[in-house]
Amino acid sequence: MENQFLVDSKHLSPAALEKKHRLETDPSSRSNHMEYMPGMEIIDSDVCHRVISQMDAYDYSQYTARDVRAALDHETCSIEDFKALLSPAAEPFLEEMAQRARVQTSRHFGNTVYLFTPLYIANYCENYCVYCGFNCYNHINSMKLNMEQIEHEMQVIAQSGMEEILILTGESRAQSDVEYIGQAVKLARKYFRMVGLEIYPVNTGEYRYLHECGADYVTVFQETYDAAKYETLHLYGHKRVWPYRFDAQERALRGGMRGVAFSALLGLSDFRKDALASALHVYYLQRKYPHAEMSLSCPRLRPIINNDKINPLDVGEKQLCQILCAYRIFLPFVGITVSSRESAAFRNGIVKIAATKVSAGVSTGIGDHESKYTGRQDDAAKGDEQFEIADERSFEAMYKDMSGEGLQPVLNDYVYV
Amino acid sequence: MMMDNDKLVIGGHEFTSRFILGSGKYSMKLIEAAIKDAGAQIITLAVRRANTREHENILDYIPKGVTLLPNTSGARNAQEAVRIARLARELGCGDFVKVEIMRDSKYLLPDNQETIKATEILANEGFVVMPYMYPDLNTARDLVQAGAAAVMPLASPIGSNKGLATREFIQILIDEIDLPIIVDAGIGRPSQACEAMEMGAAAIMANTALATAGDLPLMASAFRQAIEAGRKAYLSGLGRVLTRGASASDPLTGFLHD
Repeated sequence: MENQFLVDSKHLSPAALEKKHRLETDPSSRSNHMEYMPGMEIIDSDVCHRVISQMDAYDYSQYTARDVRAALDHETCSIEDFKALLSPAAEPFLEEMAQRARVQTSRHFGNTVYLFTPLYIANYCENYCVYCGFNCYNHINSMKLNMEQIEHEMQVIAQSGMEEILILTGESRAQSDVEYIGQAVKLARKYFRMVGLEIYPVNTGEYRYLHECGADYVTVFQETYDAAKYETLHLYGHKRVWPYRFDAQERALRGGMRGVAFSALLGLSDFRKDALASALHVYYLQRKYPHAEMSLSCPRLRPIINNDKINPLDVGEKQLCQILCAYRIFLPFVGITVSSRESAAFRNGIVKIAATKVSAGVSTGIGDHESKYTGRQDDAAKGDEQFEIADERSFEAMYKDMSGEGLQPVLNDYVYV
Repeated sequence: MMMDNDKLVIGGHEFTSRFILGSGKYSMKLIEAAIKDAGAQIITLAVRRANTREHENILDYIPKGVTLLPNTSGARNAQEAVRIARLARELGCGDFVKVEIMRDSKYLLPDNQETIKATEILANEGFVVMPYMYPDLNTARDLVQAGAAAVMPLASPIGSNKGLATREFIQILIDEIDLPIIVDAGIGRPSQACEAMEMGAAAIMANTALATAGDLPLMASAFRQAIEAGRKAYLSGLGRVLTRGASASDPLTGFLHD
């Protein structure tokens, strides 16, 4: 079964509709997704080749219970062991994997759980990615906050007690250029201890500028590591260029960022191969940049505005749990973030096994923190949300719940130097 | 009694306890147990964790009378360590500083070269510098020259609870370096702490071994006793331990009469 992503808005002009349909149905109308666009920096790196050759050769049906048993008996988890742990043969071992993952998590992170919140400052997007609420053919309220509005949102969030923020934009250089994002980062440094970015991939020099503004962590989701599948989902815009996206974390580290985060969007393609590639992306970059802090996320597809049928297909909670346990056993030192795409019950459980960071007080819309945090309605325009969230707990509720689970919520473990 | 005057002296400051709480995993319960049951008089504090606003500031957890040992975790080179140490001083954490510099996020192994550089700068600024290091004699000598107040070699990778993997090299530091050698990182059991103390280590730093124990206060008191037992054994002068064979009670050379 596949998701039905394609939805026509009645607000599109006949010309726009015609172009949209052509992109959807005629591959020759789409640009070459492996070819860099003008202005995109090309770096010399072998990481992509290493990751993708492993992923292409991965046949998870070949692994047996014996391989999984051996993997769990080994003191350190090799790439081969990790492949076994991701395979269907490992499904009956889920509880044992969770026990092992829990020991590793506790050894490296104690009983802590980090809290953060995302802040979307603009949702304009120039890309047609068929599964995303912000895509340029989806009829939504588009909005970009000005600096005064951004500061107001930050004040509301900071008052809740949050000390770490992740600034997000839609992928539009025209509407949200690097300087605009840099200004927002500078503002964020006034209110938050730690500032991360989840924006469109940029060049090394631009990452350096954003680092100097005060950001130190960069998250880029590859969506899917299967470039051929990627091509069928990202039909138009600069995001279509798959290799430029792949090298984003490496450029960010070269630009001076302290840490980088990775993920595939689970449900878009073969999730076992995507999980393998995500972890190997971390593994090989860590060997090349051993000082860097690395973290993995695990987003699954969610419904979006104008398409409430989108779902993560064969990636159920058990599969997600298996992936996260395998990540933890293979990469004991990496952070693992579980977002509000997942339910409260899942997040309460997974923080005791493998996850080290959860979001709280989340809005994926634009300019609506005041009404969401305080219940106070204002007349100001709001921008629509990127996707529907599943866990709506506030910062206070999350803090209380995590403490109630026997964990120690941590708001900051970072100093900008 | 020799034990009555047995003090740990670091940078002119005297301590009767030889257990130091590390900073990796913090909780109110851990700090309580470390002070009450393990007898800790020095508690490490990660500046990056103390650098927080209202909720759960670690500084609020630590009672008066306990010496704070802020560390520079998060520093990737000497320059960053120096900046974090200065920030600790501004935060009111005193003059002690544990220099901790890592360029490796996987094993968190210390960078000895950068550690020497940071130690020199901070000692010149009047800090009581306690550098965390990979046990290497040349580095330890350079740290003495740089003005360190103690040397803190790792026993095995941090958080691993694997014990004295670097035993032989720590022994060399104990034998050759005149500063207190404080074994830091990797001590997972009271017996390992005891062994290090028998070898002549001046103190033990631990965190994970306590933090991940089933009964925290009980484990804390076990560490206290193990460290004290090891210290007593060291001070008493260990009896002969034969590594191979037996010793003849009549000397083989007894026939020589000249």
